[in-house]
Amino acid sequence: MGKQILLIEDEENIAEAIRFILTRDGWAVEVLADGTAVDAALTRLRPDMVILDLMLPGKTGLEILTELRARPEFSNLPVLMLTAKGQGRDREAAERAGVSAFMTKPFDNAEIRAAVRDLIGG
Amino acid sequence: MSPSALTGTRLRARRLALGLRQGDVAAQAGLSASYLNLIEHNRRRVPDDVLRKLAGVLDQPVAAFAEGPEGAVIDDLRATAIGWPSAEVLRVEEFAGRFPGWAQVVLGMGQRIAALETAVEAVNDRMSHDPHLSANLHEVLSAVASVRSTAAILAGTEDLDAEWQARFLRNLDQDSARLATGADALVKYLDSGGQIEAQGMASPQEEVEAWAEAADWQLADQEIAQSLSRSARHMAQDLKTLVRADLVAIPQAAFEQALAQIGMDALALAARFDASPLAAFRRLAFGAGAGLVTCDASGTLTLRKRISGFSLPRFGAACALWPLFSALAKPMVPIVQLVQTAGPAPQRFLIYAFCQPRYPTGFSGPELREAVMLILPSPQKEAPALEIGSSCRVCPRAECPARREPAILT
Repeated sequence: MGKQILLIEDEENIAEAIRFILTRDGWAVEVLADGTAVDAALTRLRPDMVILDLMLPGKTGLEILTELRARPEFSNLPVLMLTAKGQGRDREAAERAGVSAFMTKPFDNAEIRAAVRDLIGG
Repeated sequence: MSPSALTGTRLRARRLALGLRQGDVAAQAGLSASYLNLIEHNRRRVPDDVLRKLAGVLDQPVAAFAEGPEGAVIDDLRATAIGWPSAEVLRVEEFAGRFPGWAQVVLGMGQRIAALETAVEAVNDRMSHDPHLSANLHEVLSAVASVRSTAAILAGTEDLDAEWQARFLRNLDQDSARLATGADALVKYLDSGGQIEAQGMASPQEEVEAWAEAADWQLADQEIAQSLSRSARHMAQDLKTLVRADLVAIPQAAFEQALAQIGMDALALAARFDASPLAAFRRLAFGAGAGLVTCDASGTLTLRKRISGFSLPRFGAACALWPLFSALAKPMVPIVQLVQTAGPAPQRFLIYAFCQPRYPTGFSGPELREAVMLILPSPQKEAPALEIGSSCRVCPRAECPARREPAILT
């Protein structure tokens, strides 16, 4: 089994497509549909990388990122943030909060595969 | 009371108004003519005793010459000049005193610019922070992302098993339907300008149209809302006057009778009452529920009465294929045209269009044109119809020969 990726994405069909693509590349992908159980999932999975949607119900991707970076053990955890065009200000805030890379929706499957490879090798 | 910098100017103006010669006034005040000349050109400060003598000769109280323009005007002018280094700020009192009318114009324009800047900021803010717009865009982009990713999996995965294939096909179907709905909602939102609020209205014309719409376009006795801007109140009053004149030209009872006999033909209606065609168009729109758009010779939309299903642009220019513009190019030629709107649920409308030139200053003046387009829902489903849109920005017809700019959603 390859490295562990935690995907936090509320759009079920997008999450399914991303999980399918990355799983075929050999990564282990666990999906969360919102940010309520992120802390527990991080502790349980100790993921090698997080893919995080910016706009999530309940808790935004930016809030999750900020809380994640506040935990010393995840200060260097690669985080790929999924954003939509027109969210320039949120992107700036995410950069300040310590995001590793961005992927803008809509994206090519090849782009997200390449981004994961860039961040955690393989 | 101390003389102001413009006391001399006022003394001179008063003397000239009385038709007195400078030498005569100087002699009566016990001054030399050359000294009075210097005073009148503000080149010498006027001592209080001299001012009293001159005021007596000129039969005015001292205050009439000594007091300058109101301090508030001076302060406002100074504030208006901020950011304009070329303005002679040190001579502001002279400017306000010598040209009080122009000073008011400058102040009025300064206030208007400030109000417009505020309105532009409000529109910009809404475009970037509007939660409805943001939610619509996110919905569309999410659907696009899913469709693109899923379609790529289906097209590029040769060994995809049947179960996954079925699942992704189902996802694709769901997302394409969601995309169509989201895109439609987005276009409607962009086209309507969202929730129109007083602060967000971009122009007095929009304010007037909202005021008229709230009154269901029954404007003859409609009170003009004090909440409207000054320009909007002025425009609303003009429209109200026009509506009243239309009612005189085509009285209500006779209008209803004519409507039953000749239908929505504005030119026939105008002929029956010997009224202006434009008045007949307005009567049909405001009194019989049709949509209406008018424009001037530049093609600028000057009045928009909405009708369900026919999208009117809030910003920017309208679709060049509208019969309104065909009429504008052919004054006095009646145009009737069946049209079909763009979008996922196209609708058909029968359009009557007409353009009337006028010459408000006679043979020597310019020709002005006003074109009008009456919009009526049409039950004709089979007859050939001209395909039109709202404006290029939100029109999905990518291959339209009249396209000026790409659509934001294609």
